[in-house]
Amino acid sequence: MTSESAFIDIQDLVFLRGERRIFDGLSLKIPRGKVTAIMGPSGTGKTTLLKLIGGQLRPESGRITVDGICVHELRRSALYDLRKRMGMLFQSGALFSDISAYENVAFPLRVHTKLPEDMIRDIVLMKLEAVGLRGARDLMPSELSGGMTRRVALARSIALDPELIMYDEPFTGQDPIAKGVLVEMISKLNRSMGLTSVLVSHDVPESLSICDYACIVSNGQVIGAGTPEELQGNPSERVQQFLQGKPDGPVPFHYPAEPIAEDLADGAQR
Amino acid sequence: MRQRTMEIVVGAFVLAGCGALLFLALQVSGLTPQAAEPTYKVYANFNDVGGLSVRGQVSMAGVTIGRVTAITLDPKTYQARVEMEINKSAEIIPTDSSAIIRTAGLLGEKYVDVSVGADQEYMKDGDTFYGTQSALNIERLISNFASGK
Amino acid sequence: MMDRLATIGRGTFDILASLGRSSEFLLRSLVAVPRPATGLPLLVKQIYAVGVLSLAIIVVSGLFIGMVLGLQGYNILTDYGSEQAIGQMVALTLVRELGPVVTALLFAGRAGSALTAEIGLMKATEQLSSMEMMGVDPLRRVIAPRFWAGFITMPLLAMIFSVVGIWGGMLVGVDWLGVFEGSYWANMQASVDFGEDVLNGIIKSIAFGFVCTWIAVYQGYDSVPTSEGISSATTKTVVYSSLAVLGLDFILTAVMFGDI
Repeated sequence: MTSESAFIDIQDLVFLRGERRIFDGLSLKIPRGKVTAIMGPSGTGKTTLLKLIGGQLRPESGRITVDGICVHELRRSALYDLRKRMGMLFQSGALFSDISAYENVAFPLRVHTKLPEDMIRDIVLMKLEAVGLRGARDLMPSELSGGMTRRVALARSIALDPELIMYDEPFTGQDPIAKGVLVEMISKLNRSMGLTSVLVSHDVPESLSICDYACIVSNGQVIGAGTPEELQGNPSERVQQFLQGKPDGPVPFHYPAEPIAEDLADGAQR
Repeated sequence: MRQRTMEIVVGAFVLAGCGALLFLALQVSGLTPQAAEPTYKVYANFNDVGGLSVRGQVSMAGVTIGRVTAITLDPKTYQARVEMEINKSAEIIPTDSSAIIRTAGLLGEKYVDVSVGADQEYMKDGDTFYGTQSALNIERLISNFASGK
Repeated sequence: MMDRLATIGRGTFDILASLGRSSEFLLRSLVAVPRPATGLPLLVKQIYAVGVLSLAIIVVSGLFIGMVLGLQGYNILTDYGSEQAIGQMVALTLVRELGPVVTALLFAGRAGSALTAEIGLMKATEQLSSMEMMGVDPLRRVIAPRFWAGFITMPLLAMIFSVVGIWGGMLVGVDWLGVFEGSYWANMQASVDFGEDVLNGIIKSIAFGFVCTWIAVYQGYDSVPTSEGISSATTKTVVYSSLAVLGLDFILTAVMFGDI
């Protein structure tokens, strides 16, 4: 992979939350036009990484460039312009709860374009058709199921035909059918629209089944990267522990503590 | 359609607010819509203004013709110098009129009453009243009465 | 001792920091005025949510407070044989003080807490984040319309409150207790000055509207996006707004009526 084909380039990223180092010298390249899965245990800051790419958070040090533009050096208005080229699917869907599914999808179009109402209608219905929910357009977000919410949110994030789409834990809390639908849609969208997709997840089988390229993040660094096949053959114990879901290994089962015998003895003395 | 109903309700709400303002202006504070009348200034020196305040009324035969705009102490005579703005329409105060501080009711506000003189000429801007009568001090009155003076 | 000093110092810096953050927030949302075409419908919607929906509680409270003022005023004033002054008393109390203050307190409880909870919930469900990611500034789209709505509605509500209260005072004083209606109004009109009393009352309610809405939207925007965070932010909105209104009322009264 050459640097020309990298759509997102992250170099030596350091990000602190309070005293805790969420990212400690993380470097990552995300190729253009491919589906990249970023996997890792819960609490490793995968969502934070997406927010850093979107410019909602600023790194302590390091560089994040999207299509050659350094995100965190942009002025506010330029950042908002860049974001029009990105779509993001939030974990909860994040639909605006006071307007209908139709209006949710129409929202970015109304704000960023001056299209006439009948064209907006055409686009919205096409996007809803793409996610199979044209019939649900008049429902309010509270009337949609979890899977439908995510699909409407997906339609909303592709309304402006972005170049990059980021999925934040798209499979979490979905039933198998909804998972299957989402997997299908993500890969279909990527192929048909030539999007660059970034997928953040800890659902290993679903992610590996659709991604062209995957990397595993743990303790603020990339511990393994490559195509799904390369990852499966990765010799690192930590990678294998995560991929196979072993309860104990290099990532310990126990939270760091003094030996249990001492702890219990302390209690007895008291 | 829902948007339209909302707009109508909000419009009615704003109108109700403006109506309330109008009510407060006209019915509660008795404001009559009129342009500010041109005024001229006259002065009066009192020995004691006791209780008269700025914005107090100036009246003639019970009709308000102006208001008090400033009360200062004259450092030479040790008298209170009261500045009043009188409406142009009442520029008919004879030069020998006197200004008297009176009380509205038993315990009411102090106001300046103009006691009309007999001169043919009228007071002009910047003139000072020829004669004055100071505020009636009830405490002094009572103590005088009690001590039999 | 050093520990305590350090705690006080840290507390002071925390307060300064949150004051700084909220001022920056205020400035940015004041500057962020949306285009009229998109902004006006949003503003209308918020005036509806903040103002029209608070109208019922304002009218009912205004009526009762006016009636209580009429009743209490009558009892006190009959001792001096001057129950005609009841109109003056009711009107001055309402226009100068109770109108703006009670409206602001009710507003903080009714509309302020709703604003905080709504914005906090939008934050918790990532709606604000997703708006940012769509290239839409939530300050402009969400905060600014709510801010202006509060700012516009408060004086309107306060005036409606005063008018209803004056009517309630008349109901008790004139219709039930038999004060002559002519003297009710005449005394009122003789003592209430438009510039001095009515306008100052409106200025007060504008100041309260500003402060209450600022606190409400900021607490929502700055809330910790969890259910505990939102509930504590809502509580803070009501407590801080009430304290701010009462404190500010003293300062404004001193400046306006205290000859300072």
